[in-house]
Amino acid sequence: MNDNRAIISINNLTKTFGDVVVAVDNVTIDIIEGEFFALLGPSGCGKTTLLRMLAGFENPNEGRILIDGQDMVGIQPNRRPVNMVFQSYAVFPHMTVAENVGYGLKVDGVNMAEARPRITEALSLVQLDGYEDRMPDQLSGGQRQRVALARALIKKPKVLLLDEPLSALDAKLREQMQLELVRLQQSVGITFVIVTHDQDEALSMADRIAVMEDGRVRQLAPPSELYEFPNCRFVADFIGKTNLFKATTRGTEGSNVILEIKGLGEVAIPFKGQAENDISIAIRPEKVRLSGTEPSGDAIKISGKVIQVAYYGDESHILLENPTGVVITANVPNDSREAQGRIVEGDDMWISWSAADTLVLTE
Amino acid sequence: MKAMKDAPLKKKRYGKLVNPLDYTRKGWMQTLLGINFFFLYFPIVALVAFSFNDSKRNIVWKGFTFKYYIKAYNNEALHSSFMNSITVASISTVVSTLLGTMLGLALYRYRFPFKPAYEGFAHLPIMIPEICMGIAMLVFFSLINMPLSLFTITVSHIAFTIPFVAVVIRARMSGFDTSYEEVSYDLGASQWQTFWNVTFPYLRPGVVAGALLAFTLSIDDFVITFFTAGIGSTTLPIKIYSMLRFSVTPEVNAASTVLIVLTLTLTILAMTIQARANKR
Amino acid sequence: MEDWRKNKFAFGIFIGPATFWLVLFFMLPLAVVWVYSFGGRGPQGQTIITFSLANYQRALEWIHLGIIWKSAWIAGIATLLCLLMGFPLAKGIAFAPAKWKNPLLLIVILPFWTNLLIRTYSWIAVLRTRGHLNFALEWLHDKTDMAMTFLGLPELMGTFHPLALLYNQSAVIIGLVYVHLPFMVLPLYASMEKLDRSYLEASLDLGAGHWRTLFNVTVPLVKPGILSGVLLTYILSIGSFLTPDLLGGTESMMIGNLIAQQFGSSRDWAFGSALSFLLMYATFIILWIKTVNAKDGEATGI
Repeated sequence: MNDNRAIISINNLTKTFGDVVVAVDNVTIDIIEGEFFALLGPSGCGKTTLLRMLAGFENPNEGRILIDGQDMVGIQPNRRPVNMVFQSYAVFPHMTVAENVGYGLKVDGVNMAEARPRITEALSLVQLDGYEDRMPDQLSGGQRQRVALARALIKKPKVLLLDEPLSALDAKLREQMQLELVRLQQSVGITFVIVTHDQDEALSMADRIAVMEDGRVRQLAPPSELYEFPNCRFVADFIGKTNLFKATTRGTEGSNVILEIKGLGEVAIPFKGQAENDISIAIRPEKVRLSGTEPSGDAIKISGKVIQVAYYGDESHILLENPTGVVITANVPNDSREAQGRIVEGDDMWISWSAADTLVLTE
Repeated sequence: MKAMKDAPLKKKRYGKLVNPLDYTRKGWMQTLLGINFFFLYFPIVALVAFSFNDSKRNIVWKGFTFKYYIKAYNNEALHSSFMNSITVASISTVVSTLLGTMLGLALYRYRFPFKPAYEGFAHLPIMIPEICMGIAMLVFFSLINMPLSLFTITVSHIAFTIPFVAVVIRARMSGFDTSYEEVSYDLGASQWQTFWNVTFPYLRPGVVAGALLAFTLSIDDFVITFFTAGIGSTTLPIKIYSMLRFSVTPEVNAASTVLIVLTLTLTILAMTIQARANKR
Repeated sequence: MEDWRKNKFAFGIFIGPATFWLVLFFMLPLAVVWVYSFGGRGPQGQTIITFSLANYQRALEWIHLGIIWKSAWIAGIATLLCLLMGFPLAKGIAFAPAKWKNPLLLIVILPFWTNLLIRTYSWIAVLRTRGHLNFALEWLHDKTDMAMTFLGLPELMGTFHPLALLYNQSAVIIGLVYVHLPFMVLPLYASMEKLDRSYLEASLDLGAGHWRTLFNVTVPLVKPGILSGVLLTYILSIGSFLTPDLLGGTESMMIGNLIAQQFGSSRDWAFGSALSFLLMYATFIILWIKTVNAKDGEATGI
């Protein structure tokens, strides 16, 4: 992305509820024009409060919000160049689909003759052609969400805010909508800011993700970077599954750090940062190899007994415990029909991985 | 990344910014609420205040006194009408609580033919204008040649408070989990044992609240009592009404204040019992 | 719920006594009134059953129709004022921080738990010629007069003449609003409390201001509560007897007073019975509208 202009600039934003609860804690983020941006975090991390401050439903205590260069704090929601898709969709139950979609135009004083084709166009954009005269209670959840999308997009906002838009849909429909939202965002070219607690949703849709915890942004990066290079234990643990081990620094050796992992012994791992004593290493369960005999080549290896085999269809998760009690998970693909059953509980096996795939986490 | 750095980005603090939907925090709304509350309270507060006014004509404030309370207490007719009110309310509360509780339980528990019609009938005394019920009782008692007395007042009060008790009981029972009763049957208890050991303890706060409501309604009632009270059987509201016909004296205000305090205490008691029961 | 046939005895024990009481001391009296309404007035003022519609015809005579019409009108104005006052009140409570809702609600319903008679007559001291309101107005008048004199305009305000505020139609309306305001606020509050805030936020978000949001979104969505409060207040107002009796004058007589008069000084019980049933029929019609409306509300999911 070149000529990356920030459409939203959030600076040192803080929001407290009462005197005790800090919902958003000194957050600074730039959201770039035209990107699909996700705020990801567990419930209560402040992501929704942050979004609501962008829309204007909550006011911050400190800091500022610039949207397209304009200071937004204190400006009423109806005067902001952003629109929102609500978690509950908030499709007005007493209006037809067309009246819902045309509501924003009506309050802006657009006349019916001009509004009609724009409503038709907006409905066609969300694939609801011909639904103009339906009432919301005749629509399914997914259709209501499309109405909410069309209603917000017809206003041609500078930024579209989406608050957990897919959480009320069932799993199949959710996956379909994920793809559709990406397609929609690319076709209208509007900046999307989505709030979600679902990492799959964020990883598959967003250009960049801000992972939040306790009101702070822990890491802001593209999906692949978040997954492959998490900067802290929280992110490593929150995004995907991971095997985490506590380690003690024993020294450095060139660009490697020598770590002693409890129950596994000493290993040398490439690490550029400052090696502290409170350190962890992490390895993704799909990046390890499982073998019946001692492997050669890999830097780190554990031998032990398989204590559990969990079958998930496309893959199986194998839990291995070594004699000192360290448990590690390996994900193995079930790449043939016979794959399942190859490994059973009680088998003696080896798990190994390369130093390059190992993450060293200081926070 | 070339972020916008032209604006000086100092830390900025905000005072009390009101969120768009926090209507109650907005000044105009608080003003409206204040005016409404003033409207709601001024007349009654003034009435209570002027019961302590040391002035017979009771128009301007002349100083604080308790003497009109003593005067009201020593007023034979006022005193006896107060006792009448208590008698009527006590008897009608006992009967209507018993009957209303059973009615409420029956409506909660049983399915029977024409139930909606029956419910309409049972709630009719709540719905129809009080004056219609008042004159109906008057017509009825005179037709059967029953002289108007405390008895006729009590009978009428029971009739109009039964539905109120039934409503309170039904509301309480709507939160009851019938699986408790099923567990009790399962453990070998009879219907009778189950009712007294499982259902009634849950119901009890509802019964108390219903009784307090019945008592308050009875002691407060004016319109129905007005038509069913005979000579020598005045209740406190009727007595206050007839005193008002002459003039609004501090004595009337004192008697009214006593009635206000009594009913408010009972009501707040009933609400506290219900609130505490619902929390459990 | 179980079927009554499963335990007829227990069902009878529970439902029997109250039914007996309500039939004997409520339905039977009403039935007698209904029969009387077709009767006539005997020479000694007793009621004779004639099975004629004469009383109902009399009710439609010009003089009585005027009182009925006035009752409907006074009740209508009182209901409208209740709505105008009750709506912001209900909104203020429904949108208050959670911990303030119950205390605020209590403040609104507390006066409602004081005696109807006392609540009504408390307005006499406010509205009478030498009442609190006239004193307040006189004080304002005097202050203005002083200010005017100070500005070199003496005697501009004239002398203060207390306003005749009591024993007229506006006093009755004030009294009815005062007595019935909680009946308007409670249903309004209940429906506003249930209202999903995101509808209002969506409206603001789409560019509507607070007034537009109020009329385009809030009012349509709380319509069942509005209708419920309006009908309830109207029923109670149109059937009231005590308020016009205490605060009204001869020209602000309502149907309740006309009924009471037939059982008092006029001693025409048959006519009074007919009027009473007309009032009840009116009440039933309003209640029926309310029920139909409530069912509609359920059907559309609002």
